[in-house]
Amino acid sequence: MCTATGTLGKVSAYLDHAATGPMRPEAVEAMMPFLTDRFANPSGAHRWARDARRAIDEARDELAELLGADPGDVIYTSGGTEADNLAVFGATRAAAREPGRGQPGIAVCSAFEHHAVLDPVEHLGGRLIGVDHLGRIDLDELADELRAETQRANAGEGPGVRLVSVMTINNEIGTLQPIDRIAKLVRRHAPEALVHTDAVQAFCWTDIAHITRNADLLSISAHKFGGPKGVGALVARPTATVHAVQLGGGQERDRRSGTQNVAGIVAMTTAARLAAAEREANIERLGALRDRLLDGLLATVPDIFETAAVYVDGVSDRTQRAAGIAHVCIAGVESEALLFLLERAEVFASAASSCASGAMEPSHVLAAIGVEPELAKGSLRLSLGWSTTTAEIDHALAAIPGAVAQLRRFNV
Amino acid sequence: MSDRMQVLVAMSGGVDSSVAAAMLRDEGHEVVGVTLKLWGGESDSGCCSVSDVDDARRVAQQLDIEHLVFNFGDDFMADVVGPYVADHAAGLTPNPCIECNRHLKFDRLLVRAEALGFDAVATGHHARITPTSSGAPRVTRGVDPAKDQSYVLHMLTAAQLARVLLPIGGLTKAEVRVRAEQLSLRTAGKPDSQDVCFISHAGGGRSRFLGDRIELRPGRLVSLAGDEVGTVESVQLVTIGQRRGLGLAGDGSPRYALDVDVAAGTVTVGHADELLVDGESIGAFTWVDANALEQVRAGGSVTAQVSAHGEPLEVTAVQVSDHEGSTVSVQWAERQRRIAPGQSIVLFDGEQVLGGGIVFRR
Repeated sequence: MCTATGTLGKVSAYLDHAATGPMRPEAVEAMMPFLTDRFANPSGAHRWARDARRAIDEARDELAELLGADPGDVIYTSGGTEADNLAVFGATRAAAREPGRGQPGIAVCSAFEHHAVLDPVEHLGGRLIGVDHLGRIDLDELADELRAETQRANAGEGPGVRLVSVMTINNEIGTLQPIDRIAKLVRRHAPEALVHTDAVQAFCWTDIAHITRNADLLSISAHKFGGPKGVGALVARPTATVHAVQLGGGQERDRRSGTQNVAGIVAMTTAARLAAAEREANIERLGALRDRLLDGLLATVPDIFETAAVYVDGVSDRTQRAAGIAHVCIAGVESEALLFLLERAEVFASAASSCASGAMEPSHVLAAIGVEPELAKGSLRLSLGWSTTTAEIDHALAAIPGAVAQLRRFNV
Repeated sequence: MSDRMQVLVAMSGGVDSSVAAAMLRDEGHEVVGVTLKLWGGESDSGCCSVSDVDDARRVAQQLDIEHLVFNFGDDFMADVVGPYVADHAAGLTPNPCIECNRHLKFDRLLVRAEALGFDAVATGHHARITPTSSGAPRVTRGVDPAKDQSYVLHMLTAAQLARVLLPIGGLTKAEVRVRAEQLSLRTAGKPDSQDVCFISHAGGGRSRFLGDRIELRPGRLVSLAGDEVGTVESVQLVTIGQRRGLGLAGDGSPRYALDVDVAAGTVTVGHADELLVDGESIGAFTWVDANALEQVRAGGSVTAQVSAHGEPLEVTAVQVSDHEGSTVSVQWAERQRRIAPGQSIVLFDGEQVLGGGIVFRR
């Protein structure tokens, strides 16, 4: 399916790895025993249960090392969204419980976070920090906001900022955010605040241990790096107290109740191991394919724009973005229509994020970086992953210009 | 039309469009279903909610056809909801379903379908497309008189009809449900959609919807002689011909809204016989083709339908007052109650639609 040759022998190009990708075969193999013979509940009191417990504890050790954290920092979750929700709600709730405090504190995030962060922050009445046209958070605005709220807190006029959440890599346009500089600003201007980063898109494209060094909280999701859907983790460093959002059996040191997804956790760890080991090689190989794709499209499709492109001496500098994400806006076409023609040509891609109905919604990310709404209607994200081949890229390059031309004839 | 075609079926998540998709598939066409996401706000389900998209998707899966979702929310706001609110603000009584058909289903969707390479768009409307004696296509009444929807499809031109399929117009509603049950479709027993899809009853209905968007103003009820006989809470919510809700019941002689003047804040009321008129003037008239216009100009006999499920009315004369035929007046054989401005009047030749337009304000 996810190779250059599809089920019917036709050439296919699966270029939606930022949405999800195929599991690593090794990860599938690793999870199988825990779906069959070794099925026990890790919270149980017998030998079979201890076998399952050992599996998730060993996985926790390995995952912690890959993430640059301690095993006790790793809270297994059902995925990235739960990890993000636990970070935002858990950290602010913990603040409210602190002696003599009684208030949750303000949550702050960038305006182009994934909805898994944005919606919880907005639910709490938090603040959004602007993003520039190159897809980077406005550090001056962040510093101003932090200073102002800290002054208000010191004057007894506000609860102060408790959480600053900025994604490591934007899921739509692939831009890398300066988590180290953000952390410095937070430590200086709002020392009581925690730094959270949604690193869901980042595992394959940047050294997570380096990111963890600067963050108090970090979210990952297994299916973005060759693991299964339905499993992820929140890393909560010793500096970060999170209160449970989901109550029950008290698993994960009372921070996340619910029977652990043993098979998923084992598979996630296997996938993480492979993704980390191949990271440098994949960044090089897939970055070159991404360039081949983008440069090819820019050369063959009229009125196409690389989103948030940084030009250095007239050449697009893509070093500060995920090697696997190519994002363009195509004038005079609508993504919905384009994606249908592309799927008919066996190219599977995406535009903005989709809502529950499957309808495409205008991208809040493109709005945040100031892309004109008319142009944003023609957004196209082509994302690569470990299984992507040169043949897939060339197939997409062959298919896209014709599809664009067909739509432009009808002006839709 | 019997050749194998690529057909895009607009699937609302209701039983009619589900069966329409099934019939086309069974006829051997290559069928793709699409659900239009039109309204992002609150609704009582209607045609826009996520649960309806779920129903449509599940039906498509059961039929083993592809299913897409197109988000036409911006167009729906600009072409349907915005004008609906503006018309009410001006004291008109708009029909948003007709505007949705005009702008969304048979313009936006039809154009996109063509761009994507489809030969036709199909819907689950209870109407048929039949040829005239000379072979020109006409929207034609569905075989189930209680469900006939040819009225709301009157704006379709012959050029559009060449690219439209209405598969279930030859079935009664009962037959549609039997087909759906035979196919075990989850929509088989789903109730018909009612009212305006973007207005939620749970959310306060029409008065709340409009009240959130325009300033609803109280009005005075005046008799034809000019005497004030009562008041009404919102003048913009009064429809000509309305009797209930005017607070004038009880004196044994029912009175009706004869006219609405939003600017003056008045509703003229009178007895049923004062509501009767000899005819109506219609603007923004669209004809299915030039022959339909010529046929009427030449004095061909027509009937008129003035509401979605109204009986056809006998017409004695039709005057077309401009070259394009966009302004039309009809004379009733028997005096009829006034039609509220903003409502549509559709002219038929027997069972076939000739065209239709929107009633002018007097």
